[in-house]
Amino acid sequence: MLKVLKSGFFVTIQDLGRYGYRDIGVPVSGAMDVDSVKKANLLLANAPNAAVMEITMTGPTLLFEEPSFICLSGAHIHATLNNKPIENYQVVQVTKGDIVSYGRLENGFRAYLAIKGGFQTEKVLGSRSQFVPVTKTKRLKDGDEVLYDKNISFKPLISEVKIDDHFLKDYLEVYKGPEFELLNDSQLSEIFTKTFTVSKENNRMAYQLSELIEGHAHSMLTSGTLPGTVQLTPAGRLIILMKDGQTTGGYPRILQLSEESICTLAQKKSGDIFTIKLL
Amino acid sequence: MKSYPISIKPFGERAVLVEWPSEVKESILADILDFMEAFKALKIPGWEMSVAYNSLTMVYNNDHLDFEETQKMILECHAEQAKTASTRVQHLWTIPVCYDLEFGIDIQEVAKTLNLSVEELIKQHTSHQYVVYGIGFLPGFMYLGGLPQSLEIPRRAEPRLQVARGSVGLAGKQTGIYPQESPGGWNIIGNCPVPLFNPSIKEPCFVKVGDKIQFHKISKAEYELHKIEAEVGIYKPEKEVLHA
Repeated sequence: MLKVLKSGFFVTIQDLGRYGYRDIGVPVSGAMDVDSVKKANLLLANAPNAAVMEITMTGPTLLFEEPSFICLSGAHIHATLNNKPIENYQVVQVTKGDIVSYGRLENGFRAYLAIKGGFQTEKVLGSRSQFVPVTKTKRLKDGDEVLYDKNISFKPLISEVKIDDHFLKDYLEVYKGPEFELLNDSQLSEIFTKTFTVSKENNRMAYQLSELIEGHAHSMLTSGTLPGTVQLTPAGRLIILMKDGQTTGGYPRILQLSEESICTLAQKKSGDIFTIKLL
Repeated sequence: MKSYPISIKPFGERAVLVEWPSEVKESILADILDFMEAFKALKIPGWEMSVAYNSLTMVYNNDHLDFEETQKMILECHAEQAKTASTRVQHLWTIPVCYDLEFGIDIQEVAKTLNLSVEELIKQHTSHQYVVYGIGFLPGFMYLGGLPQSLEIPRRAEPRLQVARGSVGLAGKQTGIYPQESPGGWNIIGNCPVPLFNPSIKEPCFVKVGDKIQFHKISKAEYELHKIEAEVGIYKPEKEVLHA
């Protein structure tokens, strides 16, 4: 078990998501930047779906109460173990009484803390990913206790590796969405030439972009949406649905982010800029 | 059973969107549901499907898709399905609603705008069967079709930041129930004491797409009773079998 001494801005438990319930309106949830999670779990020889901590912008202070091994990945938020710096993609042994805390955000937006065997929080509808009303709580709070299995025998095959950050890209790659054909030439040229900025309205459900493009008057029947679906509102606003995004929507779905670009966007915060490229 | 032309579009790396003619129609929904049944019978693991009105989103969780191959498989399955009779079973659910002013915070205003008495409004709302054309937006939120024209009323000019869980509302051609507390712009005419989404049970949502629902007016006392029954897990929603 570990104790959350201070919870930081927004820390949740996530695995790779909740599958099989989209037909009753349950979003897939799961880690926003799956690539970072898979790498950390791989170094710990965990199952890819082992639950990790997703740490947004500022880090928590955590007190470990059993020995185990951890591995950090994703955004760089100067992390320390008992005040000594620890790096991403480094397998670090922790013992009872150890404290992990975080400093300044260096790059990216979402950091991950994986633990040997994964966090053993409650599984609801096949996943530990926190999402209300499926799970009772939406994030970790001060004083929360998070279970994990004690481990003293793990021998990592690779204990430290330098990996380039996949998310430091200034462009997103997209496929045509189901309503792509609705776009006129001026909208197309705006989308693929403009530089877009992440607005303040960004969270695990959706990222809204600051710049408007030409709007439309197309009304359609509500239809399915996915993480990475780019919707265009009548006013010309682009809304990109993310992992906790609704399963259906009524705005034209003009583009669909590649899975890799979902990870890239997950590491962007308000004010960050990017361009859009058609695959 | 009528079979409609379908079109298939790629939707990212591991999904396709299958579209039927763009109309809200029971025979279209039936064709979609028959297709789903036929596709499920192929027993290919990893597929997840969700219906909304005239479309079916098909996600393959196991891998990236080859679009051409997937399209061919879907078209073949749809063509085959037209030859066999459906064995789908659908239900008509009776959903209890308390229309007391305490819950139906907009009911008086709505009745006035629609030129109806409150009694007449409740009578009309409870005398129709509504088809479930999709579940989405929020876990357990049903897209219902079949609202009589006499009950069509625009959304509220200003949405509320908080609409209570179970609120029953009217907006445009739609009526529906808020499965969770959420912001919303619908006109609220009552409240349903029974949870439409319960993640702690095996089937979190008892209603399925293609089912019908009919609202049933209950008193405040019955409301309280059903609420307790639901909380302790002994509430059984009333249903009737409909043959497709």
